[in-house]
Amino acid sequence: MIHIEKRQILPKGYSILVSVLSIVFALLLMGLILLIFGADPAKAYQELFTWPFFPSMGLQDTVVKMIPLLIISLGLAITFKMKIWNIGGEGQFFMGGMFTTFGALYVFGADQSPWVVIPLLLVFGFLGGAFWASIVAFLKTFLKIDEILVTLMLNYVAMYWVDHLIYGPWKDPRGFNFPLTAVFAQNTRLPRIGSTTIHGGLFLALALVIVVYLLMKRSRWGHELEIIGDNPVAGRYAGFSVRKNIFLTLMISGGLAGLSGSVQLLGVQHRLQRGFSMGYGFTAIIVAWLSKLNPWAMALTSFLFAGLIIGSEQLQIVMRLPVAMVNVLQGLVLLCLLITETLFRYRIRWVSKKTHFDTLDKEAD
Amino acid sequence: MPESEAPVLWMKGIVKRFGKKAANDRTDFDLAAGEVHALLGENGAGKTTLMNILYGLYRPDEGEIQIDGNPVSIRSPHHAMIHGIGMVQQHFTLVPSFSVAENVVLGMKNQPFWNQTKSSRTQFDQLAKKYDLPVPSSAKAWQLSVVEKQRLEILKLLFLSARIIILDEPTAVLTPQESETLFKAIRKMKSEGASIVFISHKLREVMEIADRITVLRQGKVVGTTKKAATRIEQLAQWMVGREVVLKVSDQRVPPKETILHVQGLKATDDRGGNALKGISFDLKQGEILGIAGVGGNGQKELAECLYGLRTPSEGKVLFNGKEITRCSVRKRMHMGIAFIPEDRKSTASCPNLSVSANLMMKRIKHYGIFPNRKRMREKAKILVEQYGISLTSVNQPIKLLSGGNIQKTILARELSSKPSIVIAEHPTRGLDVGAMEFVYNQLIQARNAGTAVLLLAGDLEEIFTVCDRVAVIYEGKIVGYSHPDPSRIEEIGLMMAGAGHDSH
Repeated sequence: MIHIEKRQILPKGYSILVSVLSIVFALLLMGLILLIFGADPAKAYQELFTWPFFPSMGLQDTVVKMIPLLIISLGLAITFKMKIWNIGGEGQFFMGGMFTTFGALYVFGADQSPWVVIPLLLVFGFLGGAFWASIVAFLKTFLKIDEILVTLMLNYVAMYWVDHLIYGPWKDPRGFNFPLTAVFAQNTRLPRIGSTTIHGGLFLALALVIVVYLLMKRSRWGHELEIIGDNPVAGRYAGFSVRKNIFLTLMISGGLAGLSGSVQLLGVQHRLQRGFSMGYGFTAIIVAWLSKLNPWAMALTSFLFAGLIIGSEQLQIVMRLPVAMVNVLQGLVLLCLLITETLFRYRIRWVSKKTHFDTLDKEAD
Repeated sequence: MPESEAPVLWMKGIVKRFGKKAANDRTDFDLAAGEVHALLGENGAGKTTLMNILYGLYRPDEGEIQIDGNPVSIRSPHHAMIHGIGMVQQHFTLVPSFSVAENVVLGMKNQPFWNQTKSSRTQFDQLAKKYDLPVPSSAKAWQLSVVEKQRLEILKLLFLSARIIILDEPTAVLTPQESETLFKAIRKMKSEGASIVFISHKLREVMEIADRITVLRQGKVVGTTKKAATRIEQLAQWMVGREVVLKVSDQRVPPKETILHVQGLKATDDRGGNALKGISFDLKQGEILGIAGVGGNGQKELAECLYGLRTPSEGKVLFNGKEITRCSVRKRMHMGIAFIPEDRKSTASCPNLSVSANLMMKRIKHYGIFPNRKRMREKAKILVEQYGISLTSVNQPIKLLSGGNIQKTILARELSSKPSIVIAEHPTRGLDVGAMEFVYNQLIQARNAGTAVLLLAGDLEEIFTVCDRVAVIYEGKIVGYSHPDPSRIEEIGLMMAGAGHDSH
């Protein structure tokens, strides 16, 4: 008989195996879908795995796209560690962008030193995201409203706010009526590395990897989060303020997403416009999860996922595949990840009928 | 009595293995007509497993069951009922939304097409009267109190004319007075010819109700004896396999000054009901004050108010004369208030985190902003050694330890900080005698070192074993004080049941 039992201890190397396996499964499934679309999977994959990762081709673009992904996922990991499901990274990213735009267009002048303006604009972005997440923290701690729904719905509220501003009050008067703001002044631009399109946000993101690593894995606070995440009642019992920590984690998490939006504007787009995010806030959820909340792994995973985005843009050009393919693939990765994780948490064994019933007896006991 | 006649029930060489571990290892058990046979043993000794086999819930790996001398194979509880075997399990098996009468009819073997709840109800009422086990037969099962539910379970079996009645730890949920009522009913059943298996780990009540006693240890029968031929000490020794020192060493120091003064404390429970209705008492350094009472009379809320997990609506708590009524848990921890909650797994520990993390979770402050995990593990190892926690590694998730070892871990964390007050809520719940003894000795050691201990006790035996003073809690108030002297059991029991006190 088939017998399913829960593993008490997960086998060693489990997390890496699960992540790798789920990507493999997702690629296999994706291959089937590509076949249905009449494309040659081998050729598609060859394109998908070479173009984004070679310097002569799309590597620069990949790194540029990795930066926002990485920063958001670092923030999400902090809330996930406490088992708070912040899926509002996208909205917090937008809010960060909105606050930064406000600063760039209406607060600082073009003649001020970039050494003052850029850091302050980044702080604006952080505050925007943190503000957006603090709404969630307030609703969760004081009114006991589930954060999943609120974070999800606030994503759209944030997007519509941005839409409202770029179609209305903030619209560039010289923008031929396109939904975008005026271009930011030169002194807001993040420096670029050499002659590439890669901007200084990369160093910020990598520095944040270290900061978040220290916070989560080495600091007392990380320890506190771990305890509260495992059992909030025990957290209260051990003298930690659960409420304070919910606020802190959500605001840091939202703040990082906001910072990410800020970096994206100052490093790449230099103006707020429609399609400001390519769903970074959602993709970052998969990145954080696939990395098992490990900051080092997130650096690698966000690079791979950025590659996926760039690669599928390439597929669109070379093989005329719809651009939505990248969303399909991301969805498949998440799906496969959830399935493999569940499968690994349980063990399936072939056993004699007798053992099967005995174990059921024991579990019922 | 029994020997001359053929036994009603004979279980021979029963073996039941769960994986490699044998829960029952060639266990023999027999039951004569009209006797009460107690099955005594620590938690995990295999008492319930053996009876679950008899009731058809488990299939034995080896062994034979004979009813009236005929070998039978019991495949299900329904099948057991056909043989006249009924069991009142620890977790009741009633349909909450059904009325009492409907719950009874539900178990009938040959139900007519049209149900005859009405006539059954009259019959049921007569039965309830006969055994003096009153249950409101028109009520829905969910409306019944725990005692009434238990009575209903017993009456259901009698209604279905069970001849062999298994009672699994029936007194665990009862006050002494309620237990007395149950015992009367058991004697009545006996006189009507029924045979009763009485599962328990409480020595005193077994000595009171049983005709014969079988002691199980680690799935094996240690011995079967007539009650008249044994003493409580011998049974205890059989249970744990050595002399029990439950009479703990007595070198009490005279209590010093009052450290905790509680005055008119009121608080609500999780559902908003009034759990504490103005509780007042003093706790002195170097004493163990036992709070006796049936579970659910405000003990949990009291403990939580004192530790800061619950905010009282009225009243005062003074620590060394200083008001701490609204202090945070963290402040109270620093003052030296330790708490051993009843719920080890959902309050006192993080199941998936390591033993080391669980041991250190209250003292992580002392290790700076970036604590050195290695140093914390070293400290944890010392505590593991000191408190004799058995484990394979301090990095092991705590949920993999046994209940006794989880409790030792919690005691190690709470007591090693040399607290000035320990609030212990039901600290031995679900533990075997060995672990119980450990807990008691730890509490007594703490007391001897001058700590004030407030023990919200699970049962009276606990009170008699360790306490210096007893206060009885009833419906959120202290209704009286007494001495922890077994001869006062009647007095304490009456107070626990609210007698002499106008209940609201």
